[in-house]
Order: sequence, then structure tokens, then C-alpha cells
Amino acid sequence: MIVELGHFALILACLLSFIQGTFPLYGALKNRGRLMSLSAPAAYGQFFFVAISFFALMYAFIVSDFSVVNVARNSHTLKPLLYKISATWGSHEGSILFWAFVLALYGAMVAYFGRRLPKSFHVTVLAVQAMVGFGFYLFLLLTSNPFERVFPFPMEGNGLNPLLQDPGLAFHPPLLYMGYVGLSVTFSFAVGALIEGRVDAAWARWVRPWTLLAWCFLTAGLSLGSWWAYYELGWGGWWFWDPVENAAFMPWLVATGLLHSAIVVEKRDTLKAWTILLAIIAFSFSLLGTFIVRSGVLTSVHAFATDPERGVFILAFLFLVIGGSLLLFAMRADRLQAGGLFAPVSRESMLVINNLLLSVAALVVLFGTLYPLLRDALTGDKITVGPPFFNMAFGFLMIPLLLVMGLGPSTNWKRADLVGLLGRLKFIMLAALFATIVIFYIADGGEIMAAVWLGLGLWLLLSTLFEWAERVKLFKPGSIARIFRQPRASMGMSFGHLGLAIAVIGISGTSYWNIEHQDIMRYGDSASIGGYEVTFRDTDGIVGPNYTAVKAIFDISRDGKAVTTLEPEARVYMTPPMPTTEAAILSTLSADLFVVIGEANNKEHTEWAVRLYYKPLQIWLWAGVAIMVLGGLISLSDRRFRMGAPTRGYK
Amino acid sequence: MNINSAAKRKKKRLYLVLTSMTILAVVIWLVLRALQDSISLFLDPTELKARNLPEGEHVRLGGLVAIDSFIKDEDGLTYHFDITDGEETVSVMTKEPLPDLFREGQGVVVEGEVRSAGPFVATRVLAKHDENYVPKEVMDSLKERGVFIDPEEDI
Repeated sequence: MIVELGHFALILACLLSFIQGTFPLYGALKNRGRLMSLSAPAAYGQFFFVAISFFALMYAFIVSDFSVVNVARNSHTLKPLLYKISATWGSHEGSILFWAFVLALYGAMVAYFGRRLPKSFHVTVLAVQAMVGFGFYLFLLLTSNPFERVFPFPMEGNGLNPLLQDPGLAFHPPLLYMGYVGLSVTFSFAVGALIEGRVDAAWARWVRPWTLLAWCFLTAGLSLGSWWAYYELGWGGWWFWDPVENAAFMPWLVATGLLHSAIVVEKRDTLKAWTILLAIIAFSFSLLGTFIVRSGVLTSVHAFATDPERGVFILAFLFLVIGGSLLLFAMRADRLQAGGLFAPVSRESMLVINNLLLSVAALVVLFGTLYPLLRDALTGDKITVGPPFFNMAFGFLMIPLLLVMGLGPSTNWKRADLVGLLGRLKFIMLAALFATIVIFYIADGGEIMAAVWLGLGLWLLLSTLFEWAERVKLFKPGSIARIFRQPRASMGMSFGHLGLAIAVIGISGTSYWNIEHQDIMRYGDSASIGGYEVTFRDTDGIVGPNYTAVKAIFDISRDGKAVTTLEPEARVYMTPPMPTTEAAILSTLSADLFVVIGEANNKEHTEWAVRLYYKPLQIWLWAGVAIMVLGGLISLSDRRFRMGAPTRGYK
Repeated sequence: MNINSAAKRKKKRLYLVLTSMTILAVVIWLVLRALQDSISLFLDPTELKARNLPEGEHVRLGGLVAIDSFIKDEDGLTYHFDITDGEETVSVMTKEPLPDLFREGQGVVVEGEVRSAGPFVATRVLAKHDENYVPKEVMDSLKERGVFIDPEEDI
């Protein structure tokens, strides 16, 4: 009953999105007030019904209603409640429904917070948002109905991949989707501006908070996924350049560029067409990522052949949204008059370089991700493009980006004096260089690239602090008050750049100075790694809610003093039957000690395969991305960027 | 004034185009160079034997771990097993950690270089699986060789 209710609510939401996407838009073009006033109520209604639909599906998962195909395929009665709930968005159908739900949520938020926007613009934006939503509803109803029933229904479900049964991963998709879909608002604003033919500083101020919000969610979602891979997959890797990761990383890169180019639109009234284009591309990457990942096309082009209905719909939808918006852009872009001029050395130029590098980086990732698909389609060869490609091509682009990032915030708008700038920052450069050499000496050398990345991280760290100190006139009277009176957007920028610097330092440490050690250990055996003494004490059998496990106990000491005990587990889940390893990690500011227990090596179960990893500065990476998100949130709280578009900002 | 600003704008555009072109050219060069070293072809045992690839070529080999083929050396850290696609079988040796899901009769993908003699030395044993616990490429190859028949497809 509730399941059918969910299905009907989905159909209603679909109809409402059609209404919201057409009549008010016509009203806006013909200036008919009554048609326009349909817009916001339709947005609220659409959200209401899709929410009913989404929670109906969640209900089916919670009560384990296996007469629903989707539930039977992805859930199991013995699964803990949290994972029953997270299974709602774990499957293809469920994730698309979740997409539509978040899309409608953002639509309702735009309807509410944007109510002081100029009426026709508000209506246009909501219409664009609704058109995208309409596509998603049709896709759900026609090809991927999450409420499909099955009869006779199975008594028990298939269960969820145990690797995915982890709190980190339960919340990773929702955060990521909030980010992906958040870019839809930016997209709607961009298309709305093209339809209205006007982009100005006010437009940039309206768009920025939505972009920031999406960016914060994307950053948080990406890092949560990376963190999950680090502690769950059991060998301490945190980024694999996997197509699924790339699909989320490309919109992040473009959204980061967009955040910066929107500043130029706001402050200097230029780079408008470019910013609009970035907004369109960012959302296109979101769509591409979602569909390509969720439809399995990336792992094999044959996914299209086995499910032609979905494949054709996806292609048509992508073509319509991306092609349509780009066509509109081509037709209208020349209406966007460029404003302020700037010299080759200026803040604007720095931001343009940032945008160029980030966009090219996104293109490189796109190429590496789609190239296997292209080869498969053309020659039938199945290939993989490995991490070396991405590390080299992407890494190379990040070097100039980090260099310029250190300079950018200290550069004046319009025209800056490069010699003077370098003069002011020369001590910072020397300090970063000196610190790198000292650290390299202490760490007993390493690869030259380690020094490059460490140096770039330190350069960014010091130059960001220097710019902040200059801005608040540190150590001069009244500096404490000035620190807190800084505009929130500037504070956010400092935090964001600082976070990236810390993350880059962490990446250089964990990528180039990590130590790996694997061995067969008996009870009482010791191994030493990175200054730690690891002693294998014992193993113990434990029984969890839907798994059994062997828990190993390791005593960790340093310089003869006991530090802690680590207890990694080797679990075997029941449904589906599948073993997983649970690593035990000791995190300190200087390094992570990572212990994994493998299989018993003899029948008496006294010898075990053990893997130890020593990962310097790993925690810096997580701290860095957390600080970046914090920076985004601080910037979001800036008074100028209220989502509600303050009336005095618009005249 | 107006002419001046138009000239400035043109100059600015020129700089922009030049910078973009330079970056793009360097990137394309880098991309193509990096690509050569990091592409690996996916093959099943039959294809590996048939294709006569040059020694040292980086490939990924996928199939099922043959039943009763798994042997662990004295040191407990070196593993030997066979990968089969139902027609041909390739012996594999590795010192890399095995993924949690590694088991005889299950799908597996290993990475390594082509060698003219001796077992295939795997530099990585992949733990990646889709939701059906069989790597996609392996599944495709098994279907092609008639080892696995999808119950849903042939109804």
C-alpha cells in the first residue's frame, strides 16, 4: 500500500515538474503574472510528493518488503537498520530517486530563499530546475522504477555488499549527491541568465552561495569516500583514479574554477560568458558522472547493449540538457558585455590562470576516464588507463596552479606590479625552500618529486598566512579586532587555501615516504616499522550482528614504551558470504600506523599473515580537506551572499 | 579613449589565447606520453596466448582461479595459482597481498608484464568487483567462451 503510494506520488511529482517547467516560463516570457505565480507552489508541491515517494521506498527497505524487486535485490532482514536505510540510495533505481528528491529539495529552496529575486528571473530559474527534474522523473518511471513488484516474492533478500556496510559509506553518497545536484541550481541560474540575457554583479552574488554550498558538499562527500577507501579496503590507498572517483572529481574541479570566476564577475563585471559556460559544464559533468557510474557504462560499453532502454534514454537526456544549454549559450553569449579591463599581471589574470588550469585538469581526467570506452568501441580492445597517467598529467598541471595560488591573493585587481609582488614574497619563497631542505634532510631524502610537492605545499601554506597577516596588519595596534572583522568571504578564502596547503603536504608525505611490511607472524613475534615495535599478542573469535570475525591483538610500543594496542579484524559476513578486513589504525600528527590481519598460515591458527603500513602525514590530508570545507562554510556565512538575495543588493 | 580600450581588449585576448594554447599544447604532449606507459590491455588466458604480445608489455589478465590450483610457498607470502577461461589456463605467481575475495573458482584480475617463459608474475591482484562479485571484463570473457550462461539473458 505504502509502496503504491510512493509510486503514485512519484507520478504526481512528475506532472508538477512539467507544470513548473512550462506554464510559468511562458508567463515570464509574455509577462503574465498569474501564470508566473504557479511557479513556487509547484516547486513546493513537487518536493512534497517526491519526498513521499522517497520515504515510501525507505519504508519498504526498513520493513524488508521483499515483494519490491529493488528491496529484494539490495537488502536483507539481518542487516543493521542504518544499512537498511542507506540501501535506499545504494541501488541504481534508488540512487536516481534520491537524485530527483535532492533536485526537488534544491528547487524548493530556490523557490523559498529566492523569493526576493526579480519575479521573471525567479520563475525562469525554477522552470529550468523543473525541466531537469522532469527528465529524471521520466527516467525513473519509464526505465528504472524503484517500486516494481515481484511475484512470487522471495523470503529473503540478496543483502548488500559488506564492504559497503560502513558508516562512512552510508553517508558518502548523500553528501556527494547534495554536491552533484547542488550544481543544478548554478546551472539553472546560468540558463536563466542566458534566457533573460543579463549577467551582472548581482547575478554573481546570487549564484555564489549555491555554488559554495554544492562545493562544500562535494568536497565533504569526496573526502568521506576517500577516507572510507583508506580504512576499509585494507591497504592504505586513498585515491585510485577509478572511473567512479573521477566522475565525482571532474565536477569538483569545474565547480572550484566556477567559484573563482564568479568572484571576477562580481568584483570586476567581466569573464561573464566564461562563468556561464563553467556553470553549464559543471552540471554536465554531474549528470555525466551520475549516469555513467550508475548505468555501468564505464566498466563496459556492453552495458548499453544489455539494457538498451536505459542507455538510449540516458544518451538522449544528456544530449538534450548539455546540447540544449550549450546551444543556448552559443546563441546568447554575445549579449553578455564584458566589463572591466585588466592587465596581464593582475588578480583577474591569476584567477584566469586558475580557471584554465582547473578546466584543463578536468579535461585530462575526462580523457583518461573515457579513453577506454572509446578504444573498446573502436577496436574492441579492453584497456585500463592506470594511475601513472593521471598522476603525471594531472600532477603536472597542479604545480603551476599551486605556485600561482600562493601569489594570487596578494595581487591587486586590474594591474599589479610583478616585481614588487615577488619582492614582498621572496622571504616566503626562501623560507619554504629552506624548510623543504630541512625536512628532506631529516627524512633521509627520498624521491625528488616528494620535495617538489612538499615545497609547493609549504609555499602555499606560508604565502597564505603571509597574505592574511598583511591583510589584518598583524602585530599592529587593533589587529585582534581586525582579525575578526575580516569579511567572511576573505576568511573563507584563507581557510580554503590553507586547507589545500595542508592536504598537499599530507599527500607528499603519505605518497612518497610510506613504508610497507608484510610477514607471517606467530604469537609473540615482533616487527618494527617507522620507529614502532609491533608485537603480535593473540587472536580472539568474535560474533557480530551479521558476521563472525577473528580479532588480532597487537601491542604497539615506541622506544621501549608501550603506546597502545591495535585490534584489526578479519570478518566473514553471512549474506552475501564474503570476507572483509577491518584495519586498525594508530593516527598521530607525524604518521599513521596501519595494521591488517590476513589469513591463518597453519592449521593450528598460530601463524598469521600480517601487513603493516607506515603512512607519514596521512592525517594532514584529512585535516586539510576538513579545513577546506570549513573555509567554504565560513565563506557561505558572508552577509553579502545570503541565498535570500537581499533586496538592497539589487536595484 | 574608446580606440585605446578596444586595442587593450584585443591585446588581452591575444595574451589569453596564447597562454591557453601553450598550456594546451604542453598538456597534450604530456597526456600522450603518460598514456603510453599506463595503458594496460585486458586479456583472458586464450587471448594472452593467441596474441603474442612483446615481452614487457603491461597487461591485465582476468578469468577464474582454477579449482585446486592454489599453492602457498614455505614463506607463506608467495602464492601460485592458475587463471582459466575454460579454454586456456595461465599459471600465475605473486608476492602481492591477495584481496579478501580471492578464492578458487572465483573471478580474479591480475596485473603484470608479459614474459616469454615461466609463470605470469602479477604485480597486483585486483580486489575490485561490481555488485555481482565478478569483475565485469571477466564476466564478458566467460560469457564469450560459453563458461557462464546468464540465467536472465537466455529466458
